[in-house]
Amino acid sequence: MSVHTTIDRGTPERQAAQMITLEIDGKSVTVSAGTSLMRAASLVGMDVPKLCATDSLEAFGSCRLCLVEIEGRRGTPASCTTPAEAGMKVTTQNAKLAKLRRGVMELYISDHPLDCLTCAANGDCELQDMAGVVGLRDVRYGYDGENHIHQEKDESNPYFTFDPSKCIVCSRCVRACEEVQGTFALTIDERGFASHVSPGMNEDFLDSECVSCGACVQACPTATLMEKSIIQHGTPERSVITTCAYCGVGCSFEAELQGNTVVRMTPNKDGKANHGHSCVKGRFAWGYATHKERITKPMIRAKITDPWREVSWEEAINHAASEFKRIQKKYGRGSVGGITSSRCTNEETFLVQKMIRAAFGNNNVDTCARVCHSPTGYGLKTTFGTSAGTQDFDSVDETDVMLVIGANPTDAHPVFASRMKKRLREGGKVIVIDPRKIDLVRTPHVEASYHLPLKPGTNVAMVNAIAHTILTEGLENKTFIAERVDTADFQIWADFIRGEQNSPENMAKVTGVPASEVRAAARLYAKGPNSAIYYGLGVTEHSQGSTMVIGMANLAMLTGNIGRRGVGVNPLRGQNNVQGACDMGSFPHELSGYRHVSEDGPRHLFEKDWGVTLDPEPGLRIPNMFDAAIDGTFLGLYVQGEDIAQSDPNTKHVQTALTAMECIVVQDLFLNETALYAHVFLPGSSFLEKDGTFTNAERRISRVRKAIPPMAGLADWEATMALSNALGYPMNYKHPSEIMDEIARLTPTFAGVSFDRIDELGSVQWPCNERAPEGTPIMHIGGFVRGKGKFELTEYVPTEERVGPRFPLILTTGRILSQYNVGAQTRRTENSTWHEEDVLEIHPHDAEDRGIRDGDRVAIMSRSGETSLHARISERMQPGVVYTTFHHPGSGANVVTTENSDWATGCPEYKVTAVEVRPTNRWSQWQEEYEDFKDIALRIGDPKVAAE
Amino acid sequence: MANQIADFFRLKPEEQAVAGAADHIKKFWDPRMKVKMAAHLAHGGDGLNPLALKAATLACKPATGQ
Ligand code: SF4
Ligand code: SF4
Ligand code: SF4
Ligand code: FES
Repeated sequence: MSVHTTIDRGTPERQAAQMITLEIDGKSVTVSAGTSLMRAASLVGMDVPKLCATDSLEAFGSCRLCLVEIEGRRGTPASCTTPAEAGMKVTTQNAKLAKLRRGVMELYISDHPLDCLTCAANGDCELQDMAGVVGLRDVRYGYDGENHIHQEKDESNPYFTFDPSKCIVCSRCVRACEEVQGTFALTIDERGFASHVSPGMNEDFLDSECVSCGACVQACPTATLMEKSIIQHGTPERSVITTCAYCGVGCSFEAELQGNTVVRMTPNKDGKANHGHSCVKGRFAWGYATHKERITKPMIRAKITDPWREVSWEEAINHAASEFKRIQKKYGRGSVGGITSSRCTNEETFLVQKMIRAAFGNNNVDTCARVCHSPTGYGLKTTFGTSAGTQDFDSVDETDVMLVIGANPTDAHPVFASRMKKRLREGGKVIVIDPRKIDLVRTPHVEASYHLPLKPGTNVAMVNAIAHTILTEGLENKTFIAERVDTADFQIWADFIRGEQNSPENMAKVTGVPASEVRAAARLYAKGPNSAIYYGLGVTEHSQGSTMVIGMANLAMLTGNIGRRGVGVNPLRGQNNVQGACDMGSFPHELSGYRHVSEDGPRHLFEKDWGVTLDPEPGLRIPNMFDAAIDGTFLGLYVQGEDIAQSDPNTKHVQTALTAMECIVVQDLFLNETALYAHVFLPGSSFLEKDGTFTNAERRISRVRKAIPPMAGLADWEATMALSNALGYPMNYKHPSEIMDEIARLTPTFAGVSFDRIDELGSVQWPCNERAPEGTPIMHIGGFVRGKGKFELTEYVPTEERVGPRFPLILTTGRILSQYNVGAQTRRTENSTWHEEDVLEIHPHDAEDRGIRDGDRVAIMSRSGETSLHARISERMQPGVVYTTFHHPGSGANVVTTENSDWATGCPEYKVTAVEVRPTNRWSQWQEEYEDFKDIALRIGDPKVAAE
Repeated sequence: MANQIADFFRLKPEEQAVAGAADHIKKFWDPRMKVKMAAHLAHGGDGLNPLALKAATLACKPATGQ
């Protein structure tokens, strides 16, 4: 039996000003103009039988099962394709319609295997349901005619099968791939009886364009497209609504279970971030949660070369607490600190920073957002007054021109990318500013109006050239500027930006992009009328990351593209809870809600609530923690759900720092790279095992709900609480909802948030308080959070990382669709089918110059270090630029990256490293040493036994 | 890092630029970084550009660094 609670009304909802009243089976119903008869009927509880219709797709009208009669009209039109009209009188059920429908079903069933009882979809099959609904008892044609019953299954995709014998050629899959996902991987080949669904050019699914998003599987009414997990386990018994723990889109899912075994994750139709869509990660790559390498017992060891020893929670917690106390006694209060995780819940993150500030008594707390979106916080706070994106995702439906800068949404934020592509198919335009030819530049049904392939590290030069064009060509929005921004600041900025040094012609020398292209793109953005900026780590991870965020905010204000739907400045956040981790006071200088620790008012509020005195001086940021460790002043670290050893730049420097510390406590699902240097390991809980909330890139706070008990016995927040108690600062929360109540009490933008409120609304976007009890989808309407918008000067300053004779190429890094961040989760799933290893993408010219062939092992050297990877020759890169991902620890991408960083926030400059590449036939020295060290540092067991 | 901070404020009138860069250091640097900088300044502040030198001197007085 299906466990879904949502009703399928057959065709999508229509929003129209005009309302229409009609009668269906004697019941009056009022609907928006454009609503189908099928949907209208469903709204009065009369579900018309259907097969080719589903409410996530536009009606198609092929199965003829949904026939109805309309008074005064001839024939029996399909209710899915017939729009409601005022005064219509519709009949959905009578003997004639029943007979017609039975006839339709008879044809379908005569060409369908009758193995319902043993079919994986038994009980969750619309064909079966409809046969029941129309009262089909017999098939007059028999089952022996020509049929498709013996066709072979395609099992190439690791997560779902395609069994053509069960296909009724309803086209739902084809339409889902086009309309929902926007990949166009499927077609219906041939005609009539021979017609069949075909991925690509009659390829199998794995070799086709398919990106394994699952939309077709979701749409398929039969067992033709079926999750392998359901075939293996059977249909689910219960479901829990929760939020994806991968990227910053924050898709809502139904976790479907049998007992305590997850058997499927189905995207939630009511989810406001994803509206029923998903990507391969959230939909399918959840197997890591029960992977055999998960550590479920606490462990300790005296030295990092000792084997781990499993101990009780009590012993591990007490050991950690006593070590932290010892270190503080010996080296001072500021000698310990902690790192919160963007993968953990808001409540867990809040608790970790609270423990550090209240129990450690210092502000040495930082978060992994340091290495990704910290410049977003700085830049948007400076210009607009708050550290967050301005829009909800739905806003893109009204965008005319998207300006995508340093982001690759189809890989990193796939569900939102599908929304973007939908808007592009409807007539929206896109400008891409990126060194690489990303998919939004050109793929089926997508073509960027302009691609400005700038040299890595020249974003600010580019944004200045665009602003220069807009201002000198008189394309600025004078009314907006007069009303909404600080005019004195604007004047200073305008004088600066008009300067010839910022002209596209002058900047072309820096960016490598012809001035005419930049001018044309600037005009398109300025003329909109609704233009929206979407950006990613290609903006932030630079020495001028914060300057660039300010530059984009300036651009939006200059053109008045802020404060309404369809516009704005929107960071695409990498990890699921980057926004939340920042909101929750994870930075060493800020309390929750972005209030500086030196501000007496907010600090006193926390001091009173927490019953402690707080340090008014900022604490150490992650890179400074490493420096201080090497200096001998920072020796104890608590790391929750974060893998700094793999994700932070200049690995050798990080390794030296970690080795210098006396107590590192790692709390994680797996023995990650940081755990190689740890002394205490606390087993973490996956998102399926705890209650809490995540906040996505659109500031949307969604519930994470406990679907199964924590495998290690404690959820992460419970472990932090135990540690705080052992340190002598009492915490006694009974449930994470109480932590959220405390957050709301102490954080003005969260004042109206509670678990009850979220349950009531489904999800809520902060600010949520007295002024906005239902939350705030669009920010800065009518005025900025800081009052008047602030233009700041954004002079282009070249990075110190320069190419030269020794290191003539620029290395830039990124991610791909199937893997996530350091890969700890996705590498432990079948997603590795698509990406077994990190490779170095190199342009054919650069490869030829160096005698490199596709697939060769190459050494990559920078002034930081050397690693080796296999090469992939690719024209996605421009000559002079090479590219890799950092999903596999042994690749050592960060051995090569340097400690250069953003001037304001210390966010590392991952996107620009000067390197040289040459063919090699061996691993780098770092890789060899790493493998040897890993073997030693990962041992679990009794020291004596392990030594034998 | 101090040089880069100073670079951001460089185009402003000098007084504002020094104040801006100094405020940034005060707000974002941990006390021990300020102490380290104060020591560096005491030895002449080698390598700092003129604006960074002034800003760091304002933000990293040994007294505020403790
Ligand atoms: S899984 Fe997604 S991309 Fe692949 S065929 Fe289905 S809808 Fe298309
Ligand atoms: S695979 Fe499923 S959705 Fe696609 S045509 Fe066949 S039955 Fe319909
Ligand atoms: S990874 Fe991102 S886009 Fe994919 S399902 Fe999860 S939240 Fe959605
Ligand atoms: S459901 Fe209307 S024609 Fe198929």
